[in-house]
Amino acid sequence: MSDQATAHAPQFDNAAQQRESATFGMWIFLATEILFFGAMFLGYTAYRLAYPAAFAAASRHTLLAFGATNTAVLLLSSATMAFAVRAAREKRRTALALRLFATAVLGTLFLGIKGFEYTREISEHLLPGASFHFDQPYANHAEMFFYLYFLMTGVHALHVTIGVVLIAISGVRAWRTDAFARNDTAVDLLGLYWHFVDIVWVFLFPLIYLVERHS
Amino acid sequence: MNRSPANKRFLFTAGALLGLLALTVGAAYVNLGPFNTIVAMSISFAKAALVVVMFMEIRGRGPVIWVALATGFFFLGIMFALAMSDFLTRGWK
Repeated sequence: MSDQATAHAPQFDNAAQQRESATFGMWIFLATEILFFGAMFLGYTAYRLAYPAAFAAASRHTLLAFGATNTAVLLLSSATMAFAVRAAREKRRTALALRLFATAVLGTLFLGIKGFEYTREISEHLLPGASFHFDQPYANHAEMFFYLYFLMTGVHALHVTIGVVLIAISGVRAWRTDAFARNDTAVDLLGLYWHFVDIVWVFLFPLIYLVERHS
Repeated sequence: MNRSPANKRFLFTAGALLGLLALTVGAAYVNLGPFNTIVAMSISFAKAALVVVMFMEIRGRGPVIWVALATGFFFLGIMFALAMSDFLTRGWK
């Protein structure tokens, strides 16, 4: 590889070792993120097993059309991100910038749709707290569903927000400088993070929107 | 846009992911009893596997990365196994 000549920080033997270390670090971070989100999924599992009827009733109050659209938006953003990583590897600066911008736009669209859902749910008094109101039996068990819903989608939305900001900044850098032509590792790592956030949503979607929809 | 094998692979993956999304929404409206959740989770795992293999390109990353990823799932499994061995055996409903 002619890339061996690329500049590297003094603690590394060469650019390849630097890239391996950075990539390994990102995967370890993602492994800790699995456990971070895993704890919330565990809480969801325990409460859903305890209150299946309340979780089914509460899930039917979520906006499935918006949730499904958002899933499609995030899956497509993962595809544009994969294309961006490919462009970075091929040193195609303009394509890289455009694909990063497309990913950031899709991420922003996701946040907009999620924000609209939150607005609707808050106006319907589904936000846990003093003003929570659920016009069916086991209201306090349904409140637990919505507590987990706002917690898990909120933490996920925070991850999406961080991703959108970093992707947008990288898009501007790719557009205006040749920073990624010299070293495309940052784009690869950003891609890994974005795909992880996508995967978390893939599990959140059926657990929130699709509980006992048939009945 | 050039039509390299990698680009075709990404397009195919995106199509497959959207197909699985349609499948999971459709399956939710069929009464399968306890299997509704199992089907939904299986589809989610299939989507996650597609993303990890096709988009994150796990195969080309080597054993050190495979161990890092497996470690995350291993400890997730321990957390669920120990916690559920409590919750599922209490009879507290």
